[in-house]
Amino acid sequence: MALPPYMTTSERVSYYGVRVFVGAVLLFLIAPILAIMPLSFNSEAFFSYPMPGFSARWYTGGDDGFFTNARWTGALKLSVIVAIAATILATCLGTLAALGLSRSNIPGRAAIMAVLISPMIVPVIISAIGLFFFYAYTGLNGTLLGIILAHTALATPFVVITVTATLMSFDRTLMRAGASLGGAPHTVFFKVVLPLILPGVISGALFAFVTSFDEVIVILFIGGPEQRTLPRQMFSGIRELISPTITAAASVLIVFSTFLLVTVELLRRRSERLRGIKS
Amino acid sequence: MTDDVMRAADGTPLKIKLRQAERREVTRAFLLIAPLFLFIVISFLIPIVVMLKNALYDPDIVDNLPQTTELLRQWDGKALPSEEVFAAFAADLKIASKARTVALVGKRLNYEIPTLKSKVTITARKLDSIETGPWLEAVTAADPIWKDVFTWAVVKRAGSSITPYYLLSALDLRQDADGGIERTPENRRIYLQVLGRTLGISVMVTLFTLILGYPVAFMLATLPQRTASILMIFVLLPFWTSLLVRTTAWTILLQDGGVVAQFLHITGITWIANVLGLMSGEPQLFKTRFATVLAMTHIQLPFTLLPIYSVMKTISPTYMRAAKSLGATPFRAFRTVYVPQTLPGVAAGCLLTFILCLGYFITPALVGGGSDNMIAGFIDTAMNNEGNWGKASALGFVLLIATLILYYVYNRLIGIDKMKLG
Repeated sequence: MALPPYMTTSERVSYYGVRVFVGAVLLFLIAPILAIMPLSFNSEAFFSYPMPGFSARWYTGGDDGFFTNARWTGALKLSVIVAIAATILATCLGTLAALGLSRSNIPGRAAIMAVLISPMIVPVIISAIGLFFFYAYTGLNGTLLGIILAHTALATPFVVITVTATLMSFDRTLMRAGASLGGAPHTVFFKVVLPLILPGVISGALFAFVTSFDEVIVILFIGGPEQRTLPRQMFSGIRELISPTITAAASVLIVFSTFLLVTVELLRRRSERLRGIKS
Repeated sequence: MTDDVMRAADGTPLKIKLRQAERREVTRAFLLIAPLFLFIVISFLIPIVVMLKNALYDPDIVDNLPQTTELLRQWDGKALPSEEVFAAFAADLKIASKARTVALVGKRLNYEIPTLKSKVTITARKLDSIETGPWLEAVTAADPIWKDVFTWAVVKRAGSSITPYYLLSALDLRQDADGGIERTPENRRIYLQVLGRTLGISVMVTLFTLILGYPVAFMLATLPQRTASILMIFVLLPFWTSLLVRTTAWTILLQDGGVVAQFLHITGITWIANVLGLMSGEPQLFKTRFATVLAMTHIQLPFTLLPIYSVMKTISPTYMRAAKSLGATPFRAFRTVYVPQTLPGVAAGCLLTFILCLGYFITPALVGGGSDNMIAGFIDTAMNNEGNWGKASALGFVLLIATLILYYVYNRLIGIDKMKLG
């Protein structure tokens, strides 16, 4: 890009200065995430470059490997089960509530909203000890149900916020049109409303999934000793003895989040196109 | 129908019909919201209330020394309690020692007088072999601490099941013998310092994310759409990567002789720092305050940046052009026209980051050293290492209040329902 000829020297300097600074910050943002991935293919158990050789042992090498060690695969399995259950619950509850909240004339809307998104506002450590005390009374500590319910509570605000945002630009006359054409309320919902807000619902569901899948503090408090989710397994791994298997686990999660990012981005574009917003 | 009121087909006035329809609409909205609302209240708000209750409520003493606490209620707290109280105390301790709850009593009293745990145990054991009074002599002979009026003041105070003890001690305060509030002794003050450290680290991280994030947001908002959306990946990928994974990355990169140390070595920064006398030899980064702030800044940067970016997107470039055409230098136009318009975004981003920083636990625990633990780390220690639920709850209480005040500010300034994701 050529700069306009009328620019003064100081303008030029600041123009390039800002660019170099921004480039450095962007590098700072991405470098740690990218630097960790090659290390997971190191043939030796240490964490610096240059690496003596490449190997997949931290992925598939029996006891060392992320996909072959029973503790890691067990943790992955538990995390997936909990995240899927929590996502389904959170998405259903959250979408219903968002539909209710999108009607503008409900009294006490702000107060209701504050309650619904409170799990996102309260620091997780507080939620964790609160849930621990509460579960101690109700016998839910160390149960699968307890973990799923806790993760659902933490995940619903994300669904509520995303779906409410989508519904803001939803044309409500379409519902009336559907009803006037003889559609029963549930027909209108499934044939008209849901297809249009689906991108928002799926984004919300992905947020919910990630929230549960990444959650580490609550599980430390309410999980039983053998209930090790992936984040918990990683956390205790880092605290005790760092093995390169952790870099493999981290890399798998980074690939997974890249995939989610791309999905959400595509969904957002699709929903903007559906609603005729040009960006 | 002779009046000129508009009516529906069944003859009811339209006004009433409309009101009915609106009411039905509102009812339906509430029915849609109700399941989640109830779910959150039961599975989330009640647990928080239980925690708040635990910060104020501790029945260990009144449950296990029932007769003593009953009698101590009449005690004026000036001289030693009467023989009657000592007899009740001995009787309570005998029962407690059969029920194996002496340790609970000792643990609770130990919070206020640090030697009392072992003394209660010893006293209970000695009293077990004594059958008859006088109990005042028997108890004070078991341990002289029972001759101290202050000990009994503590027992009396702990004997009420609602106690300000935990909340006060979370603020480095305690009650003296007369029930007045005083500061805890110098060598036992920790929590104000922890609170200060938590705020300090949060302020630092917020500032750094603002300094790093503002120019990036500006670039992203002003570059052509296509370039901007490619560069946006650099911001969104870390945003979507889990906090634990990013902390893990920093843990590994910051190891002694790890990638960051290598980077500093190759770029000559290590050498320069050595020449300037800032450090000697290779850097020790892991388990330091520097590492904590660095990792937290990295994790929080997208949270500060994105709200600023979305505000900047809405600022029309014509304002800057107008300012320049009126004779402002580019810098002046930027400072007096552009920056003020971005302030709502700056406030939103910084407040959000600051609030999130207050509750940080994982990152300081893994990347930072022992002296970098923030308030959430102390909650964890109180809970899991000391088994002191009251203290953990009281610290949680303090953290919750701080967070809620800030969210109130956030809500007034920005509106909580305008919070955006991604």
